[in-house]
Amino acid sequence: MNDRHLSSQFDEDLNSLCSKLLQMGGLVESQIEVAMRGFSETNLDLCNQVIEREKSVNTMEVEIDSACTELIARRQPTARDLRLVMAISKAITNLERAGDEAEIVAKRSKRVIEQAPNYKINAAEIKLSGQMAIDLLRRALDCFARLDAAAAAKVVEDDKQIDEEFRGFVRKLITYMAEDPKMISTGLDLLSIAKAIERIGDHAKNIAEFVIYIVKGADVRHVPHDDLVREATK
Amino acid sequence: MTTTMKSMFHSDINQGNAGVEEGLNPGSNTPGVNALEIKNLNFFYGSFQGLKNINLNVLERKVTAFIGPSGCGKSTLLRTLNRMYDLYPGQRAEGEIMFYGENILEPGKDVNLLRSRIGMVFQKPTPFPMSIYENIAFGVRLYERLSKAEMDERVEWALNKAALWNEAKDKLNQSGLSLSGGQQQRLCIARGVAVKPSVLLLDEPTSALDPISTAKIEELINELKKDYTIAIVTHNMQQAARVSDFTAFMYLGELVEYGKTDEIFIKPKKKETEDYITGRFG
Repeated sequence: MNDRHLSSQFDEDLNSLCSKLLQMGGLVESQIEVAMRGFSETNLDLCNQVIEREKSVNTMEVEIDSACTELIARRQPTARDLRLVMAISKAITNLERAGDEAEIVAKRSKRVIEQAPNYKINAAEIKLSGQMAIDLLRRALDCFARLDAAAAAKVVEDDKQIDEEFRGFVRKLITYMAEDPKMISTGLDLLSIAKAIERIGDHAKNIAEFVIYIVKGADVRHVPHDDLVREATK
Repeated sequence: MTTTMKSMFHSDINQGNAGVEEGLNPGSNTPGVNALEIKNLNFFYGSFQGLKNINLNVLERKVTAFIGPSGCGKSTLLRTLNRMYDLYPGQRAEGEIMFYGENILEPGKDVNLLRSRIGMVFQKPTPFPMSIYENIAFGVRLYERLSKAEMDERVEWALNKAALWNEAKDKLNQSGLSLSGGQQQRLCIARGVAVKPSVLLLDEPTSALDPISTAKIEELINELKKDYTIAIVTHNMQQAARVSDFTAFMYLGELVEYGKTDEIFIKPKKKETEDYITGRFG
């Protein structure tokens, strides 16, 4: 397929948008990673680092959205170009929210570290699902970079594992809190962290769905998974 | 009166739907009535084939846009729909164009009558060198005997249909040429609708107009489709996206893709269509 526009500036504008999205994705990925390390290693510095850098994520969202608006105004993109610009605009919203969730992980971790550093709740699921969420977001961004709809369908599928870990942790947390009400305060902080991670998985899933939209032109949000896979692979 | 002028203003109104068949919109399952059914249409400029086996249905009271690069045959196709090519020797069409059940390509058809039912507006505004009133009345008068009051009413009706009445009502006796380009084009549209056709063919109707006049014509197209079937040829793809319900992409005399405008501009099925509308067409 001829991938070059008659206007090379149009190509440059679109490539620049994609690069900025991936750059923002890299920043958010790093935010989540540092926040999870802050939680796992009970490291306040790392938590503060995440909170400090959150502003950069917001700034990037505004910049990229503005670039999308400008490109639409100047170029009136159609077909896959239009789908790409729309998907980028929506994907950065998801990235920004994933960044917000990383900040929540950092803030709640900070409170746990400051107020109950020796809590007795087993948070293995949080650590595991945190790693899964980072991996899922990385894969979603890879799919975006390579416009790989089939791999994107797999990302959507794998988000369910994070949801499962979250539900497992909630069940366990309820038992802990029921047994010892003094753990409730810390338990609620851990619940916030677990929920934030679960949402990061959802945002990664949304980005993967946008990849399928760009490549196949099918809006696969809110459709049964089998239909999504069919659209992504046909 | 020239043959061309006469053919543009035949007013024997015949909007009967004899032979209407339920058709399917291109690329969808939405039923609709076909105003025109083009079947196996080939068109020749002497030995050069300008259209190659075109098959498509133009739906009643919808706007169908024809897009494609210069020389792709879109204007040629439009000109076959009211046999405008008959005016030029050496040009011929083969196949069928069914207009409410009648094949308009059949020899012996009254082309003047046909052109009163399928009117045309050209790229460049072409008002006659006469008053605004006479520009409208001239064609109507050729075939209808109307009283002065009835004619006044028809002129007002046509100018209203073309969204020109408010701007022209106080200067009906001034020359049509005194109007601005956009107003002149709307006058031509008023002239076209004055004889009450059922189909309007618009051949790049706004390519010579400024953005405001273009917007007015586009608004007018949206209004006119309540009563008329409209086929428009445009080089401006955004215009096709804005005004049409269906879009046909043509290339080298062939119909490459025909479908709902939304689908063509968001998710075209053919690579050639996508390359053209996204500006990748080399």
